Amino acid sequence: MILTYLGYVLTSIGVIFLFLGALGIFRMPDIFTRLQAGTKATTLGALGTILGVGLLQPEWFWKTLIIAIFFAISNPISSHALARGSYKIGHKPYMNDPNGIDTYSEVPQNEGDE
Amino acid sequence: MSRFLFTFIVFFLVWLGFTTSFDPQEVIAGVILSFIITLFSYKTFTDYGLKYFYPKRIFYIIKYLIVFLIALVKANWDVAKRVINPKLPINPGIVTYTTKLKSDTAKVFLANSITLTPGTLTVDIVDDKLYIHWIDVVSRDPQVIFNEIGANFENILKEIFK
Repeated sequence: MILTYLGYVLTSIGVIFLFLGALGIFRMPDIFTRLQAGTKATTLGALGTILGVGLLQPEWFWKTLIIAIFFAISNPISSHALARGSYKIGHKPYMNDPNGIDTYSEVPQNEGDE
Repeated sequence: MSRFLFTFIVFFLVWLGFTTSFDPQEVIAGVILSFIITLFSYKTFTDYGLKYFYPKRIFYIIKYLIVFLIALVKANWDVAKRVINPKLPINPGIVTYTTKLKSDTAKVFLANSITLTPGTLTVDIVDDKLYIHWIDVVSRDPQVIFNEIGANFENILKEIFK
């Protein structure tokens, strides 16, 4: 009984954060800030919904736990790849003040590319 | 040998998690499949092998998970506040973070943790320098950057991947 309520609470929290992540992707100015909103909100959102479903259906719990672990590992890696790739093809980060810092521009950009 | 066993145990646990049954047929099929996959992949799967199961490491791994989950919730709260605020209070930039960790696995975990903690996103790793997109650049002092972004994780990961 408690597990059911906990499952509903987790699922609701997950859905709220997924919505906020989508809103963030709309509102942010450039790809890096969009990835920031997208990655964090969707990670917690997906973990919440998946584990919530696992609690609602206890016989699925171990499967959902494994899926959640894969999610937590693969999500940051994919966003890292997207950020690195978009920097390399020439997207510069959006800055509020003209003297904003960007130390990555000092790195030679073609090194290590196949 | 220890790397082989560790990989085998991980794959077998994943199998048990997905089938969720102790029926002999399922278990035997799982053992055979895990063995075959392990043969192909144990060299690239792990550097440390069974060392992960030392009690001291397990203690630090649990501590890491707790710190990580708290940071993940904080990060989401932070992003949610920024997204809902009509003024969109951001001040982004890319800063350099110098890590003291040596092993590659530890660096990957550090980069992933940094991506999932408040306001930071790892763009690239070059040797011991991590280039981090920071949504609200508070300071350019390397020491402040180190403490703000990753000092918690670094201390725990140092113990796990010793």
